[in-house]
Amino acid sequence: MAFGFLSKVLGQGLEKLRTGLDRTREAFLGSLKSLLRGRTLDPQLMSELRQRLLLADLGVAATDKIMTDLEAARKAGRVASGDDVLEFLKAEMKTYWPVESRELTFAAQGPTVILVAGINGAGKTTSIAKLSWYLKNRNKTVMVAACDTFRAAAVDQLTIWAGRIGVDIVKHQMGSDPAAVAFDACHAAKARGMDVLIVDTAGRLHTQDNLMRELEKIRRVIGKSIPNAPHESLLVLDATIGQNAIRQAVEFKKAVDLTGIFLAKLDGTAKGGIVVAIRHQLGLPVKFIGIGEKPDDIAAFSPDDFVEALFTESPAAG
Amino acid sequence: MFDGLSEKFSSLFRNLSGKGKITESNVRQAMEEVRTALLEADVHVQVVQSFCDRVIEQAIGSHVLASLEPGHQMVKIVFDQLVQLIGPADSTLFYVDPPPTVIMMCGLQGSGKTTTCGKLALYLKSKGKNPLLVAADTQRPAAVDQLATLADQVGVPVYREDSGNGPVQICRRSVDFARANGRDVVILDTAGRLHIDEALMAELRQINQVVRPHQILLVVDAMVGQDAVNSARAFNSQLELDGVILTKFDSDTRGGAALSVKEITGKPIKFLGVGEKLAMLEEFHPDRVAQRILGMGDVLTLVEKAQQQFDAQEAEKMQEKISKATFTLDDFLQQMRSFRKMGPMKQLLGLLPGAGSALKDVDLPEEELDRTEAIIQSMTRREKESPDVIDGGRRRRIAAGSGTDVRDVSQLIKGFMTARTVARKLSGMSMSQRMTMMRGMGDGGIPGMTGMGHMGDAAPAKQHRLSPEQKRKLRDKRRRGK
Ligand SMILES: Nc1nc2c(ncn2[C@@H]2O[C@H](COP(=O)(O)OP(=O)(O)OP(=O)(O)O)[C@@H](O)[C@H]2O)c(=O)[nH]1
Ligand SMILES: [Mg+2]
Repeated sequence: MAFGFLSKVLGQGLEKLRTGLDRTREAFLGSLKSLLRGRTLDPQLMSELRQRLLLADLGVAATDKIMTDLEAARKAGRVASGDDVLEFLKAEMKTYWPVESRELTFAAQGPTVILVAGINGAGKTTSIAKLSWYLKNRNKTVMVAACDTFRAAAVDQLTIWAGRIGVDIVKHQMGSDPAAVAFDACHAAKARGMDVLIVDTAGRLHTQDNLMRELEKIRRVIGKSIPNAPHESLLVLDATIGQNAIRQAVEFKKAVDLTGIFLAKLDGTAKGGIVVAIRHQLGLPVKFIGIGEKPDDIAAFSPDDFVEALFTESPAAG
Repeated sequence: MFDGLSEKFSSLFRNLSGKGKITESNVRQAMEEVRTALLEADVHVQVVQSFCDRVIEQAIGSHVLASLEPGHQMVKIVFDQLVQLIGPADSTLFYVDPPPTVIMMCGLQGSGKTTTCGKLALYLKSKGKNPLLVAADTQRPAAVDQLATLADQVGVPVYREDSGNGPVQICRRSVDFARANGRDVVILDTAGRLHIDEALMAELRQINQVVRPHQILLVVDAMVGQDAVNSARAFNSQLELDGVILTKFDSDTRGGAALSVKEITGKPIKFLGVGEKLAMLEEFHPDRVAQRILGMGDVLTLVEKAQQQFDAQEAEKMQEKISKATFTLDDFLQQMRSFRKMGPMKQLLGLLPGAGSALKDVDLPEEELDRTEAIIQSMTRREKESPDVIDGGRRRRIAAGSGTDVRDVSQLIKGFMTARTVARKLSGMSMSQRMTMMRGMGDGGIPGMTGMGHMGDAAPAKQHRLSPEQKRKLRDKRRRGK
């Protein structure tokens, strides 16, 4: 690949990223209204803050915890104004998600396996396409495994993405055993000396016991084929998701020992605040965010941007 | 899955009934629980606010304040209000003449449109219609193939065009195709899109203008949180929706989005998607969904049953008899019967929030209740009114008459005397005190009354309430006994 082309692609990626983030940050044509700027932290602002956190889907428990911490900080004289609140929350979120926790873990040797799971329609397949593109642009060789053999045309969907991005794919017939696909993919990834293998799985509800067992089996097969694999098990969450995501995280963690979250669809008006509740309960970090439907609509998760976005007026809610 | 909320409602019951009559502040306090419950169910913050305001207004203005069972009535007001707001049950689709009727499906990415299109096609087929599925999602890779596969499974034709053609043209031509091929309902599967994506929303508006669909349905993931309001509002204002389909209701989500979406759009919820299989599309029942949002289990069934069985006056009379100790075995029989009419005991008790767990391990054998009935029926009037007259000879006669053992008869009488005392005590207690007391009790006493033997041993069968002094003495006696 010519250097010029690569830098152009990367440049576009960065530009895209910037505009994507701008979209989350400013939401709409400069309609950004800060709730916090230039205000003192009085009961009125506290109550507005609480409402804002609830509107961002943090849920009652996580919201109350933050409000309690904030109140303590206020009493201790550490926060007095709206601007302080912003800084306070950013610092808080950074303690929730230290930078190391947000990085991908790579295998010391041999292929790194990333298992991707989540409920139906969360954005798994698209996020895998993005992640493949992201890693490919960081000079990794990437292979994807089409372990969703259930949903109509799921294999076709991943095949099209693999072709567009230019990564290898391992697939079987629709309806075949997904664990067998994972097994083949692991061996192919080793044989072809791949850096990364990303495994797509069928969407499933965490309440579907048999399907959760199936997921466990996929993970077991991967672990037997490649030592210490999967190195990452990512739960894809749709940013619009509500409180049920906590249940999802609990159950998927039980099944495949999650290592992190891919928060998709942050380019809408939803804030994805449920990840805070999940962090409180399970300690799971967010590793990436999805901000559109194209391969370069991906970014590493940033606690600062996340907090900024919380206080951005949603155009539709305005 | 309803545990969390049932618990909350038990405390709501307790808080309200413990104080006898509810006041405005009672109502407000209770509504705090409802508020949290609704937020945890993902109902939009502002919708929660207006909902609670409405309920408070209604509760305070109604006769609830003076009623006997304020907890129950309060729950009923909350529930009725919720049902009213997410209802009505209206799963009708209308059809035009001459056909074809065009139905357009729209929604955010990943909400489940394509699968729902397949389900709707199957549903319509079962109603004797000849639907046509139209693959107008030209955005997502393999979306057309996905719909074609589903169409095949349902046994319904699919209209698709070579890639490169835009969705507006595809939709327009599909209607001609349907007309020419005798398909009477056309279902347009449009690509998922964000409500703030101007270009894609404009595309939907254009389809709307060119094709003039007869009905536009919004497909919403039942698991969505606060953002449900933003997308529903945008789709509704740009397309003038006719109804909503909520998907993924087979999960354990509480589904508060149903209320948010209904409040914001005012458009009926038509169907629920309850599984991945194509037959899993249900017509919408507001009461079921309301229970789920409140996480109430079946407490309302209980409330309703109770209402049917006891009219308030009857219950009041009974209450008075209990507290004045004119409560006889006849009254007991009558009460037991009306209670049993409501359904098997255990099931009934299990419906009570809080009681479910407390009574989980308690056996409530129906045969024992039958035996109790038989024994009481074999008594003379005098015996029923003053059980103290029942000596050994009478016991033998009653046992023979009811086909039971003398031991059974003795046990019942002893149990009844005890129960009468206990009942009197209970009548002056709050729900929480009652629950604690019931839990602390062991076996013995009247069969089916969860046994009140221990209390019986301790409490003298006095005909009035225990004074604090007597209570203290009893406590001491119990302690020494251990
Ligand atoms: N706007 C936006 N759309 C997204 C994003 N990620 C995924 N999508 C869209 O969401 C829809 C569902 O995405 P998929 O990747 O097919 O989701 P999935 O989890 O693989 O779905 P199943 O395999 O059917 O369970 C598609 O239309 C995607 O284009 C995102 O970050 N932003
Ligand atoms: Mg997929």
